[in-house]
Amino acid sequence: MIPVAHILTLSAVLFTLGVAGVVIRRNAIIVFMCVELMLNAVNLAFVGFAYGMQSMTGVVVVFFVFVVAAAEAVVGLAIMLQMFRNRATLNLDEINLLKW
Amino acid sequence: MADLFYILAVVTVLGALALVLVPNPVYCALSLVGSFFAMAGIFILLNQEFVAAIEVLIYAGAIMVLFLFVIMLLNLRSGAPFVVRWSLRNVLGVAIVLGILSQLVAVFSAPAAKLGPPGGYPPERLAKEGAVQVVGDLLFTRYVLPFEVISVLLMVAVMGAVLLAKRPSSGEDAAAESAGGNPGQARERP
Repeated sequence: MIPVAHILTLSAVLFTLGVAGVVIRRNAIIVFMCVELMLNAVNLAFVGFAYGMQSMTGVVVVFFVFVVAAAEAVVGLAIMLQMFRNRATLNLDEINLLKW
Repeated sequence: MADLFYILAVVTVLGALALVLVPNPVYCALSLVGSFFAMAGIFILLNQEFVAAIEVLIYAGAIMVLFLFVIMLLNLRSGAPFVVRWSLRNVLGVAIVLGILSQLVAVFSAPAAKLGPPGGYPPERLAKEGAVQVVGDLLFTRYVLPFEVISVLLMVAVMGAVLLAKRPSSGEDAAAESAGGNPGQARERP
């Protein structure tokens, strides 16, 4: 039996790496991938709790998180395509205006 | 089995580290795919084959391929602008992030932290019925309303993506079309 605290700690480390990526990186696509990593860390926490508590509710929530992540990826990448068409850059430091 | 968990955990963290530190977006995406595969292995160790399968199918399969498509479509000049430097902002960011990590780990490993009473799905029952069947039963009975709502969300996302990615076709923005038609020579920056 894997200790639940270890699963949750791994989840915390992954989430933190995702936050670090969002803070440090300036490429919009990589920032977006870091957000996906954070969503996955949360999934791991849900599954860890479901494992420790012998429940399945966490797994159902993970299913919903997957759907939300897919929707977010689709819309976000479409926004990024438009952004690149208009500005020819994905550097977040240069994209600082809501209306161009 | 616990050993395998720690090996997979190290692989996952290494993939995530590469995502944060490697300059080239394509390598970042591939390391993230490796991280997702290791995480799918962890899910299998935790008796959740269903989550592991959709992790590989949806995340490593669909979403990351979408990312790679966009990266290659946009033909980013990787390298110099995206190398991680030790600027003041990054140092501050790392400090804040370490604060978040210490908080999370302190909460998760606090001696007072206790899980609630065990639910009705011990590993033997999961092994007998199969995780897929259990999740399907729950999705179509107790969680049927969220399931329908999330399907609406998915449809809205698809429509939004089509609308956003479509090139302007009418004459109202012919100028935008000419500027957007080839990203190589878009308008100059301010």
